[in-house]
Order: sequence, then structure tokens, then C-alpha cells
Amino acid sequence: MPMPRAIRRISHALTAHVDAQLLMAILLLMGVSLLAIFSGSNQSLARVSSQIVNMLVALGVMYTFAYVPPNFLLRIALPLYVAGVVLLVCVALFGDIVNGARRWLHVGVTRIQPSEIMKIAVPLMLAWYFDRYEATLKLKNYLIATILLALPVALIVRQPDLGTAVLVLAGGAYVLFLAGLSWRIIIGVAVAGCASLPFLWSAMHDYQRQRILTLIDPTQDPLGTGYHTIQSTIAVGSGGLFGKGWLQGTQTHLDFIPERTTDFIFAVFAEEWGLLGNMVLLFLFLHVIARGMVITANAPTLFTRLFGGALTLTFFTYAFVNMGMVSGILPVVGVPLPLVSYGGTSLVTICLGMGILMSIQTHKKLVQS
Amino acid sequence: MSELYINPGIELRNSQREIHHFRLRLAIASGFVIFMFFVLFLRFFWLQVVQHEHYSTLAEANRISIAPIVPNRGIIVDRNGVVLAHNYSAYTLEITPSKVEDIDALIDALSTVVEITPRDRRRFKKLLEESKSFESLPIRNRLSDEEIARFAANRYRFPGVDINARLFRQYPQGELFSHVVGHIGRINQRELDQLEEEGNDTNYRGTEYIGKVGLEQSYEKHLHGTTGVEEVEVDAGGRAVRTLSRKPPVSGNNIVLNLDAGLQETVYRAFGDFRGALVAIDPTNGGVLAFVSKPGFDPNLFVDGIDPQNWKELNESIDRPMVNRALAGTYPPGSTFKPYMALAALTLGKRRPEQAIRDPGYYNFGNHTFRDDKVGGHGMVDMFKSLVVSCDTYYYMLANDLGIDNIANFMTLFGFGTRSGIDLTGESQGILPSQAWKRKRFRTPEQQKWYAGETISVGIGQGYNSYTPLQLAQAMATLANDGVMYRPHIVNYVEDIVTRNRTMVEPQPLRSLDLKPEHLKVVKDALIGVNTEGTGARAFAGAPYVSAGKTGTAQVIAIKQGEKYVASRIAERYRDHALFIAYAPADAPKIAVAVLVENAGFGAATAAPIARKVMDYYMLGKKATPVKMEELDANAARH
Repeated sequence: MPMPRAIRRISHALTAHVDAQLLMAILLLMGVSLLAIFSGSNQSLARVSSQIVNMLVALGVMYTFAYVPPNFLLRIALPLYVAGVVLLVCVALFGDIVNGARRWLHVGVTRIQPSEIMKIAVPLMLAWYFDRYEATLKLKNYLIATILLALPVALIVRQPDLGTAVLVLAGGAYVLFLAGLSWRIIIGVAVAGCASLPFLWSAMHDYQRQRILTLIDPTQDPLGTGYHTIQSTIAVGSGGLFGKGWLQGTQTHLDFIPERTTDFIFAVFAEEWGLLGNMVLLFLFLHVIARGMVITANAPTLFTRLFGGALTLTFFTYAFVNMGMVSGILPVVGVPLPLVSYGGTSLVTICLGMGILMSIQTHKKLVQS
Repeated sequence: MSELYINPGIELRNSQREIHHFRLRLAIASGFVIFMFFVLFLRFFWLQVVQHEHYSTLAEANRISIAPIVPNRGIIVDRNGVVLAHNYSAYTLEITPSKVEDIDALIDALSTVVEITPRDRRRFKKLLEESKSFESLPIRNRLSDEEIARFAANRYRFPGVDINARLFRQYPQGELFSHVVGHIGRINQRELDQLEEEGNDTNYRGTEYIGKVGLEQSYEKHLHGTTGVEEVEVDAGGRAVRTLSRKPPVSGNNIVLNLDAGLQETVYRAFGDFRGALVAIDPTNGGVLAFVSKPGFDPNLFVDGIDPQNWKELNESIDRPMVNRALAGTYPPGSTFKPYMALAALTLGKRRPEQAIRDPGYYNFGNHTFRDDKVGGHGMVDMFKSLVVSCDTYYYMLANDLGIDNIANFMTLFGFGTRSGIDLTGESQGILPSQAWKRKRFRTPEQQKWYAGETISVGIGQGYNSYTPLQLAQAMATLANDGVMYRPHIVNYVEDIVTRNRTMVEPQPLRSLDLKPEHLKVVKDALIGVNTEGTGARAFAGAPYVSAGKTGTAQVIAIKQGEKYVASRIAERYRDHALFIAYAPADAPKIAVAVLVENAGFGAATAAPIARKVMDYYMLGKKATPVKMEELDANAARH
């Protein structure tokens, strides 16, 4: 029976680089996303279908990158990083100011946000750097890596975009940590960091300080900066154990929650699905992270190990920062809930990372077999 | 990386150690991830289980807004259904000051869209000073359809400005009833505190107006009604999404008066340009038929806050239009006091009707001469003649014979110096002089001592005597009704707007005086004589009914001894007040009247003709035609 065999071979080729476990968790999270977007947009099918399109594009990107061998990434690491830094400098010089921050750059007909590229480019660059000097890693290398990390982070902080800066910094720091940065330095930096908090405070913008003050006591400005936190906390808390039921959230449907389909979508979900829903969501995120960890642990090269680990931990950071912000334990920063929040950019970035993880996993298998 | 697979060689062991190292770090990172997710879980547990109740309450409070529904205020009509106070709905342009940065600039901008007069601005400024900034305050009332349309088209330019439909109080009779019906006005802090004290503040949630004076104030509880409640689901913008529950308001009760609008208007016209007061009472039940204090004022000015200029004019006018003369003004009764003096003499046995004195035109007491206004005197004067010609000498003597305390005790029975208990607040007590009163009134011993000479002027209604026109009417009604006294009441009944149940303001007999019919007959015959052959005869000439009356003249300033009172020589404001009391018909009285005309001189000349017009109107059965509601609305629109 030649035909079935040919079909089997083709289907094998089409799915060879797709990691079923990751894909399953991603699709479930996307399902959660559509439910919550439908509710948060006051049952707008237009919004849901628009997000479905985003998802299909993102899944396409993921699929594509699952077929890109890690070697290719190794080769583009340096050019991508350099290009990213140049673009960030351009933003600082000629960028558009939107909502008081200079984040966007006009490129022909469209605008791009170069800081978004750095979420991938920075860990990629550091992984490439450590991989290159693998045999002779010295303190000097960590120092250079730190500078490579600090440069774009500083440019992004200047925009100012604290949320993205924290995520980029975290991505690079994960690489440093996984690359075996000595504990003494880690502890030293942590202590120095704490000591420099007062200086950091004085260097911050007013709105950034306000967000942190609001976190400590949201009620001091209930109609201003505290409003988002108060309303989203009420939404989560009033959800209770089982939630108010899908489409039944009063905080959601009476417009009390801001940014209901984007940054604050978790408040919508938590209000309607309760603690049980939250546990399912946490489990799905954990599943993605655990799968990423397993892939990373079995990755064949230092580059793939470091890059895969950073991607996985960055994913975790997205999820943690977003849910922490919505439930009122972290300041309000513009971080979407990965795979759930409405919006194409973050979805594509996350799926791109997922595609790379799949690529790391499946190319290793191919090499071994 | 490809080298690793092509050339495993010696580096393999190193690599194994490295992988081990890496996996350790990865495990630590995984531990960190799990720990952080556990923190999140704890946070969710805290919010959604431990604190769930608290946040549920907050969410409900967010979502549900309890809005009061203000009841319609009851309307006030006269005995024939003529509307004296009612409500109409109109659109207002309102500003919420807390949402506006520069109010003056905003009003300037608004005035390009909707006409805003300087008066509107002044009134708004005053409101602004008196209220809290989050309240919505009217800048313009009674917008025309065209103005509404123009504002709606420009609304986006004016955040914090809204058009609201509101019920307005209107007094279609204007000045005519200003001192009886009174008016409403915005609730002030003192009234708010009082409502709170009475535990009534919840019923006034959402209510902006309260009765300030007159019946609007004294019947506030009946007129206001019960505030309803509406539970609405609101969104974050405060917009009502749907109604969850509704308890409708109960409208205030309507009030039907004993007053006759036609009679009231007749009185008003009869006064002409004079200032003064008139009270007419039905002696058989105490119902007040007319209640006038002139000048009045337009109560409509007060409804939504009076502007400072009008307020100043009203307050500083030499005519004092804000004073309710009938209720709170006190005047010496002059000779209208004499019938009661005569009755006191008969009752206490100090005079017999036929007992006559010789009147030389004066009465000497101690080293003081008390003059009669007829030079040379009235000759022989008995009781009948003393009243018909109003002989002072007769009453100088009588007062001296009675003594001040006997006079005071007897006059108390007729309500002199006592509040009548009419259903209006702000009533004056007046002064019924006695030894006890003087002791209480003055401080030093020589001031406190009563001098016998003081009793003499009290006998002709001068001296310390001072009563409200209401008291004079009340005494007249009591005399007309043979000593059976009722509490005067303006309101006939209160009508429940839903059930149409009527709560009558029952005629309450205050007391029945122990008077001999033959004594009453003497005095009443003399009062008929006044209107047929005496000082009131000219005013009542040709009346088709029999009436009884008594003129009076009250001195505003003391005339020096030996000086003759000449009206033309005295400044207008110092001229005597003219008084007249009367009732009719004489055999079965249906109406008793007291008239006071300020600075009008002799009572027979100005006061008696006014009483005549009142009697004619009432006795000859002329009734006012009720004003139609449509006409009222047309009036309101014009206003």
C-alpha cells in the first residue's frame, strides 16, 4: 500500500518539528483566551474573530520557527542584536511620542516598537556569546555579557517603558544565571541592588513612582492611579471559589475593569471562573513552563540550553507579572498575559519563542537519530 | 555546536559536568517558578476565599446605586378650587461646579448658546456660595425648546453642564397670597440639621426644596410626601443600566383652604396704595376667609433662590413687604377696644347700659388732662352712645373704675395678648398690659410700678396696648359668636391625593365665655348703631344686610398735651393708623373682619370702606371662578 505510506511520510514530515505537549497546552490557553475576550469585549464576535486571526498568524510563526534549525538562530544572534540596539538608538532620537513615552519608530508605512524585538534578541545574543566562549568562561565574559544586557535595558528604561525593560532584563539575567554566574556575584548584586533602591527611586519618573506608591496603598488615590488595581482586585475577590459564571461578571460587564481584553483580561477570567478557574489557568501555564524546562534540560548545546531556558523563564515572568499586577501584589506595568491577552504583537513574540523551543527539542532528536 | 557531535573526544567529560551544573541551575529556577506560582495561588486564595465576602460587597456597592425618587409636592387651592400653589415641569440648565475649573469662563461660553441674564448669574453665584460643590446647580430655568436644541448640539463643549427636567413650584396668584401661602426655597444647613434631628432626613434625600414660610412651611409634612427609592444597576461611568427594584414615591397631600381667592383679591384692591392688614374669619367655626398683609411680594422669586438685587430691594424697602403685618405686626387697637371695655363693665357690674356721664370733652386725672377728640365733648353719653360716637371720656372714666388688672383679666378671655394658635408660624403675642406684665417687662422698680394714669389710656385702646390684626379679628369673631371662640385656621382640609381621603382641620372651640345674653345684646346693638347712625354709617350706607362695626384710630406718635392732631401737618409715616372691626349679618354672623390701614388717619374714612367691600363680596354671594389649569401652564411658560 504505497499511498498510505506516502501519506504517512508526508504527515510525518509536516509534524516532525511540532511538540505535541507544548502545542496542546498552548491551544488550551488560546481557548481560555477566546472565552475571556468574548466576555470582556461585551460579546463582540468581531474582537474574537480578530484574535483568531492573530492566533493563526502566531501559530504559523511558531510552526515556521519550529522548522528553523538552532544553527540559524546562532548565526543571526549578533546581527539581530546590533540591529535592535541601533533601532533603539533611533527611537531615542527620532521616535514618536505616544502617551508621554517615546517607544515607536516610523518605518515607511508602519510603525515598529524595537523594544519588543529585544525580548528575543537579548537572551539570544547572550546565549550566543556564552556559547562562543564556552571553553574559557571567565569573570570577564560575565562582565561583558552584563554590559551587553545593560545597554538595551538602559535604552528601554529611558523611553520610558519599565514593563518591557524589566522583561528584557529578566530574560538576560536568566541567561547569566543559567550560564553559571557565581552565587557570590548574584548575592553581591542583590545586596547592592537593595542598597541602590533609594537612588533608583530618585531616578524614576513620577508616574513610575506613583505606580509603586499605589501598589503599597491603592486607596490613597482611588479614582486616579489606584483605580485599576482596586477594581481588578475587587473583580478577582468577588469571583470567589467558583466564579460568577461565564458572561456574568458584574465588574467586567459594567465597565469597572479597565483594559478588559488586554492587560487586565485575567481580572475578567478570575471574576467569572473563580479560584477553580485560576487553578486550571495556573496549571496550564505551569505545564508550558515544565515542558520548556524539560526541553531545555535535554538540549544538546550550551546555546540551546541557555536560550531555551531564558525563553521558558521569560514566559513564566510574563505570566507571573501580569497575574501579580491584576491581583494587586505587583505594580501596574504594561505586561500582557501570555497567550491570553488580546493583541497580535505579544502573541506572535510568545509563539515565536514556543516555536524555537519546539525546534530545539525536535532538531536534537533528528541529530540523534 | 555541531563540533560537539562531530568531535566528542576529551571534552565530553567536561561537558557532562557542565550539563550537570546547568541542570542544577535549571532545577533551582524551576523551584523559583513553583514558589512564585504558589505565592500567586495564596494571593488568589486570600482574595477569593478568605476575603471573598468583602470583595463581593464591594462589587455590589460598585454596581448598585440607590437613587431617591422625589415625590410631587401637594398643591394648595382655595375653598373654590382656585390654585394658589402648584408644580409644573420644565427644563433647567445645570452646572456641577466640582466638574468645572473656571466657572466664569464656562458661563461666558454658555451665554453664547443660551441666554443668561445678569440676574441669572447673580442668582447662581449666591447658590454657589450656599451649596456643596458636587451638587448640580441651575444657571437657567425654563429653557425653551429652541434653547434645548441649541445646547444639545453644543453639549460636547461643556463638560459638567447638563439639562435636567425638574418640577418647579409656582404661585399663580403671585403677591396676593404671599403672606398666607408663603413659598418654598432651597433647603439650608439649619433645616437639614433639623430634619436630621427629627429623623426625617432620609425622607428628604433628593429633595432640594422645603417650605420656608406660610402654609408651605406649617404644612410641610403634609405637602412633602414620601420619597421613593429606586435601585439601579450602574456602570463605571455612573450610567444606569437597568432598574433592579423600585419603590414609588407617594405624592404629598393637597391642601384646601378656607380662604376665598376672590375675597382676597377684593381686599387687595380695596387697600389701593395703602399699607395694612385684613383678617376675615367665619365666627361659627374659626375658618379664615381672607388673610391679607400689604404690601406683599412675588413668592415666585424665592422658589429657586432669590437674586441678591431683588433680595436687597425687598429687605430694605421702607414699606417692609416681607413683614406679615396680619400675623406678626402689632398695633394699638384704638377705639376698636371699646366694645370689649363696655362688655367688661357690664359683666363686672361697673356700669349699667342706661347709666350716662356728662362729657365735657376731656377727663382730668391727677394733674393730667385726657382729651376727647370732639372739642367741647359729646354731652350726655350712655353706653350705646359711647360706642356709636366713640366717646373717649366715657372710657377714660370706665378704665379708671375697672382698674388695669380687671381689664387685663377680662380681655384675656377674648384672646388679647395671647397667640391665637392659627396654622401659621411666626405669630406675635401682642401686649395686654397689666401690673404683672409691667413687672416682667421692665427692670428698675420705678419702671415696674403701674401708675393709675396709665390705665386711663388703656381704656381707649392706647397706651401699652398692642395687638395683631389677627387677634382683633379673633376677638370680633368671638363677640359676634356670643362668646364661643374657635381656633382660627386657614386650612379647611388636607386631601390625600391617592385615596381622596379628607382630613378636616376640625373647628376646635377654644372656650365658651360666660357672658350674659342681655349684656351681649347691649354691646351688639350699639355696634349695629355704629354702622347705621354712627362713625361707620357712611361706609355702610345702603347695605342690603345689617352689619355691626366699630371704628378705631391708633396713634403712632404721642400728641403733646393740648395739641390738636392735624393729619396734614404730620409726616405720612407718623400719621395715625386707621382701624375697623365688623361682622355681618348682625343676627347670625357669618363673617367677622378686622382691618388695619397704616398711616391712613381716621378709621371711618379708610378702614371702614374696605370692610364694606369685604362684606359686600361675601354677603352678596359673589364667588370667584376657579382658574383653569391650562391657563396656569400658559402663565408658567410666560413667567
